[in-house]
Amino acid sequence: MCAKKVTQKPEDVPTTGHIWDGIEELDNPMPRWWVWVFYATIVWGIGYSIAYPAWPMITKATPGLLGASTRADVVAEIKRFDDANATIKQALVDADLTTVSANPDLMSFAQNAGAAVFRTNCTTCHGSGANGIEGKGYPSLLDDDWLWGGDVENIYATIAHGIRNTTHPDARWSQMPAFGADEILERPQVAEVVEYVLQMSGQDHDATLAAAGEAVYLDNCAACHMEDGSGDVTQGAPNLADAIWLYGGSRDAVTYSVVNARFGVMPGWNDKLPEDEIRAVALYVHSRGGGQ
Amino acid sequence: MSSPDATEPPSLYAAREPIFPRRVYGRFRSLKWWLMGLMLGIYYITPWIRWDRGPNMPDQAVLLDLAHRRFFFFMIEIWPHEFYFVAGLLVMAGLGLFLFTSAAGRVWCGYACPQTVWTDLFILVERWVEGDRNARIRLHRQKWNGEKVRKRAVKWTSWFLIAMATGGAWVFYFTDAPTLLGNLLTGQAGAVAYLTILILTATTFAFGGFAREQICIYACPWPRIQAAMMDEDTLTIAYRDWRGEPRGSLHKGKIPEGQGDCIDCMACVNVCPMGIDIRDGQQLACITCGLCIDACNDTMDKIGRPRDLIGYMALTDETAERGGDAPISVWKHVFRPRTMLYTVLWAGIGAGLIVALFLRSPIDVNVTPVRNPTFVTLSDGTIRNAYDVRLRNKQGADAVFTISVPFDSGMRAELEGLSGLSVTVNANETLSQRVYLNAPRGSQPASEDRTQVRMWFEELGTTNRVHHDTVFNGKDE
Repeated sequence: MCAKKVTQKPEDVPTTGHIWDGIEELDNPMPRWWVWVFYATIVWGIGYSIAYPAWPMITKATPGLLGASTRADVVAEIKRFDDANATIKQALVDADLTTVSANPDLMSFAQNAGAAVFRTNCTTCHGSGANGIEGKGYPSLLDDDWLWGGDVENIYATIAHGIRNTTHPDARWSQMPAFGADEILERPQVAEVVEYVLQMSGQDHDATLAAAGEAVYLDNCAACHMEDGSGDVTQGAPNLADAIWLYGGSRDAVTYSVVNARFGVMPGWNDKLPEDEIRAVALYVHSRGGGQ
Repeated sequence: MSSPDATEPPSLYAAREPIFPRRVYGRFRSLKWWLMGLMLGIYYITPWIRWDRGPNMPDQAVLLDLAHRRFFFFMIEIWPHEFYFVAGLLVMAGLGLFLFTSAAGRVWCGYACPQTVWTDLFILVERWVEGDRNARIRLHRQKWNGEKVRKRAVKWTSWFLIAMATGGAWVFYFTDAPTLLGNLLTGQAGAVAYLTILILTATTFAFGGFAREQICIYACPWPRIQAAMMDEDTLTIAYRDWRGEPRGSLHKGKIPEGQGDCIDCMACVNVCPMGIDIRDGQQLACITCGLCIDACNDTMDKIGRPRDLIGYMALTDETAERGGDAPISVWKHVFRPRTMLYTVLWAGIGAGLIVALFLRSPIDVNVTPVRNPTFVTLSDGTIRNAYDVRLRNKQGADAVFTISVPFDSGMRAELEGLSGLSVTVNANETLSQRVYLNAPRGSQPASEDRTQVRMWFEELGTTNRVHHDTVFNGKDE
């Protein structure tokens, strides 16, 4: 714009007296409506602090005349969702677990609810991805290897009652003898049976010791772990011939298991969670890739 | 306004000076009437245009279906994951404003801005009810009596009805218009619809009836941004002061000796909807609506002087005219590197969007590899990766999707909860499906850290086929 044509300072507008680089700060009055809006915000602010919780006191803030409370809002909101879900929760409780996957609505609800239950209660041991901790005795729930059975009803029973806990009478129960510590087997026999187990699972092993270990295995181990090492889900005896090891598959780890035995415990949940949530999380776990 | 006084501080606030724009006839006024009709027509009629999309689909030509997350524009249907079209349109709108502002100044403000169009409409109603400028000033000054009450009541009621129609038309863009109209009239429409109408009615009534030019001067950021986009070739409205000054009134019907063409008739000030005097020069409040040009030309015709004492011109025109140089063609202002660049960018993005629009497939997928954990070892040593796949069927009929990976990749696909490799996606729906890729123990993908793999998705019985490249994580031993 041509400098000559720019509007000059109107004669009757006062200045604040501030000048920077020849630019004067005018002291124009504000529009009246702006001032009204400003006063209105003050009135609104006072009214708001009376109507709603505002002023901090010693233990809590002033409650406000309208009785608004965000905590109560949350409680009401949760109740609203609970009420809205009451029908479908009851449907889940009444349903036959094996047929839920044929009902898309119910399955979708179970998946979402189960994921939430899992995140809250199960991730501490089984991990947020449900993959457990390899070699530490927290089983992965994503693979096709199940200690106590991988069909949805067995998963449900395991979650409801737990494993080897003393609080649930129906908890899964079994105990492996500590073959070394209790001196059931001699040290050389332990070494032999370890080599045999390594051979069964297709790992590097000493063939001579393994051949000697077969007899030890059949006498002491096959009752639970079966002659071919495939384990027994009715007593939680793990499969020794596959690629998955709950406590590690190395020579040292297997030796430790034979000598001292393992005793993995899982709490039962039917005294902590409602029936619909146990069913939901059972369906969720069953659909993580390993369900049978 | 108070006068500067050393002892007395200036007043804190100033009342709005009411503006009573006078009726004007001329080229720019006619153009503005046509544009106003066109734009109001587009705004009110668009939601009522029907467009057949087949069964179970909305038949509204332009529909922003927020509830179902779809945007319909005639034959085009945009899904939420294609929001980049909207982003592209916004970029184009921005560049378009750059282009128009650098070439023709504030044409948006003067002719197309809703604030200008609705204010124009409200002033028109005001003139019908209360008469032209002088009658309105008289009414404004006179005490409240029966006539004033009646005229004000009629004017405000008319404004209110227009405001309500404005707010009412807006909601029709978001749901099926005929259904919503029925629901609105019978009181069955949602609270959001009524609330939106209420808010837009209030803002239209206040902005068009009372706030008017104050929105442009105080509330709108655009006048201030535009100042940075104008240059010496930008068309603005200017007063030829070298021709008009010194101004003075007519003497016996003639311009006295030594006086310029401006006879100080105030016609340009009286018609201005912004209440400014264009003879003070280009200023923030000027929306370049051109009404002062019409008013001044009318006066020039009457006193037999050449037109365009006030006219559209660029700074370079002014310099040339003052220096007695040849006038510059308007095309030279419009076609210059800056405007060319804006045009090329604008057209480039537009062309890109059109190409993208026609390259869209009726089916679409997203593949998200599950990273927690990166892989799972199965009992036979197979390495498994999981992928969360979102399958979109953008067609009006159910579709069966078949999922596969190349045979030579060494992997096999598997679907969670399904026995085969096919899954049905309902018409116009998105389905989430977990897909597993299994690589046998000892195979290359199973033992390498990362393997690239291409997943293919085919719609059964059609040629629709899309792929997605992803990664398979092996057990790096």
